Amino acid sequence: MDALLVESFERLLQGACSPATVRTVEREGKAGALWAEIEASGYLHLLVPDEGGGALRDSFPLWLACGAHTLPVPLAQTMWARGLLAAGGLAMPAGPIAIAPAARRVEGGALRCAGVPFGALAQALLLRTPEGEVVCAPLTAATVQRSGVHGSLQADIVFASLPADALRLPTDTDLQAAGALITATLMAGGLQRLLAMTVQYANDRAQFGKAIGKFQAVQQQLAVLAEQAFAARMAAELVCAEAGVLPQRLRAAVAKARAAEAAEKAVAIAHAVHGAIGVTAEYDLQLVTRRLQEGRGDFGSAGYWHGELGRALLAADEPTVPFLLHTLLPGAAARAESAG
Amino acid sequence: MLDALPLSALPASAEALRPAVRAFLDEALAGRPTDRLARSWMGFDAEFSRALAARGWVGLTLPRDYGGGGQDAFHRFVLAEELLARGAPVSAHWIADRQSGPLILKYGTEAQRRFFLPKICSGELFFCIGMSEPQSGSDLAGLRTRATRTAEGWVLKGQKLWTTNAHRAHYMIALVRTHGGPEDRHAGLSQVIVDLSLPGVTVRTIGDLAGDAHFNEVFFDEVQLPEDAIIGAEGEGWAQVTAELAYERSGPERIYGSIVLFDAWLAHLRCLPQVREADVALAGRLLAHLAPLREMSLALTAQLAAGASPVIEAALVKDLGTEFEQAVPNLLADALYAAPDDAPPEMLLRTLHYVLQVCPTFSLRGGTREILRGVIARGLGLR
Repeated sequence: MDALLVESFERLLQGACSPATVRTVEREGKAGALWAEIEASGYLHLLVPDEGGGALRDSFPLWLACGAHTLPVPLAQTMWARGLLAAGGLAMPAGPIAIAPAARRVEGGALRCAGVPFGALAQALLLRTPEGEVVCAPLTAATVQRSGVHGSLQADIVFASLPADALRLPTDTDLQAAGALITATLMAGGLQRLLAMTVQYANDRAQFGKAIGKFQAVQQQLAVLAEQAFAARMAAELVCAEAGVLPQRLRAAVAKARAAEAAEKAVAIAHAVHGAIGVTAEYDLQLVTRRLQEGRGDFGSAGYWHGELGRALLAADEPTVPFLLHTLLPGAAARAESAG
Repeated sequence: MLDALPLSALPASAEALRPAVRAFLDEALAGRPTDRLARSWMGFDAEFSRALAARGWVGLTLPRDYGGGGQDAFHRFVLAEELLARGAPVSAHWIADRQSGPLILKYGTEAQRRFFLPKICSGELFFCIGMSEPQSGSDLAGLRTRATRTAEGWVLKGQKLWTTNAHRAHYMIALVRTHGGPEDRHAGLSQVIVDLSLPGVTVRTIGDLAGDAHFNEVFFDEVQLPEDAIIGAEGEGWAQVTAELAYERSGPERIYGSIVLFDAWLAHLRCLPQVREADVALAGRLLAHLAPLREMSLALTAQLAAGASPVIEAALVKDLGTEFEQAVPNLLADALYAAPDDAPPEMLLRTLHYVLQVCPTFSLRGGTREILRGVIARGLGLR
């Protein structure tokens, strides 16, 4: 990834995505001017094969930045969806695209996608029907109901029937794994921001005549926060290591499970260090911690993915390290080559 | 602010070493019980170390000119990963291979290199490291053992404590005071190589809670050391020791310490007619921790290979790694007794309890958890 490209993306977010903008979008549930600015920047096409690199490793640093800035619109999801649609030679729907973690048939045959992250802002939705079709459907005729969780942009989206102009994608497209990876990467970015904010606060805030960051009890906590942020980032990065836009499912499982566990610990520490100011509406910490808490559940919690990972490990007839090397870690292909 | 560790990849040439190591271990470890394998880098087996050396796998990164393998840190990572993943008893040569050899190469005189390195690589000489003392543990700068200059060399007086393998190593590289007093802290410390067979050296073994004996008290009573016992520059001992820390703390031995137990437990589960959902999730949870840890350990190796000294990042990975290593036995201890009617197999129990007993040491040796977190905090820009 071109470092300049990442830098200019950072500048874009710094300018377009101030904490005030985040609050406005979360309150109003409209992507508005922020989305127009992102659309105009051209970054949404990064994973389109003939325009950008077309590989997850190119999007990784940008998605981290989205997480760090608590970007309140589904830029990462739309970027990924556009890459997928372009690879299939399909048209691109306008506006933000969200990914549905699941879809169920409800009475009358309607299709209900519950808890869609950033669903409140989406104009199109990638979903897998219970019958196994993978489609990208415009939301013009769908009912979108925000979750009601304070500040959340999650929504339940219901289609009376799938629109005729829904785009059909290969049925083996693993939307859940992609959603898990994107969420994990955004969370890894959020954890970096959480660390930076908390270290800054610990250096600035004085009690008993000195910065609270000088107290060993606080230092020990911040070290743990740093460890969690580093581990979550590495877990997400290892999924993005290889070419293509489709993450390997078990690797995405590692990324999401690790990010969720990291967030649980890190959020608790960040709030503990900040004290009461951290839970106020006016202080920006809550923008990061609310998003992290919500992310823990998106596309499957740690508990969900632990089960899947455990089943795969127990079904393997090899010990843990060879299993890691063959299945979970990047470079598996190179290893197979050298062994063969 | 601490920079993130970038993902790294093993070069194909290093991966190419893996099949040969696996084939060797299949044979060399056949029939060894799991509770012995669980000792791994705390398991001492001189014959095994020499068999590895005969294949060129001790001192793999030392230059060929000194009897080493002339390979890079990535090759050593693959070798170490395979050895540790199987619980190979590598303790006899581990310190010399990981620290003493590279230290002598970096700071030693040509004569010291010519004398020690070939014998390290052939598995003839084992080393231990003399750091802690009765009054000086985490606060190492307060150490009191002193080497005083004489007409012929140095005379060493004092005591080391908790020295792993001192009773079966041939040499100790000790951090001692060569001038000043404890109040001078880091100034005035030097590293000396001590031949443990010299008159005046007394080694007393201290048994541990698991029935093993690996650490020792070592007494130096007017031990006459030759002029060239000093390694590196006099008074530079602290800087030299600090540079070693990244090597000591970054390796796969800080993540794979409980892997033999974990694999034994998985093997047990695979034989059961039905596995509890909680056990499935626990297996997955531990795997989700191990995967990024392994990549972080590899990323540190890449930094070392590039000539950096990632002391802070190494502290971070070691602390996380040892937390994982300690979580494994504690979580499995609960899981294995969650169905009290089904007694776990005896060997699995022995392995579990061995790791449970020794796992507190994982976050003591090589820098305690609290010290490491202090190092990380400094790296974050606190203090």
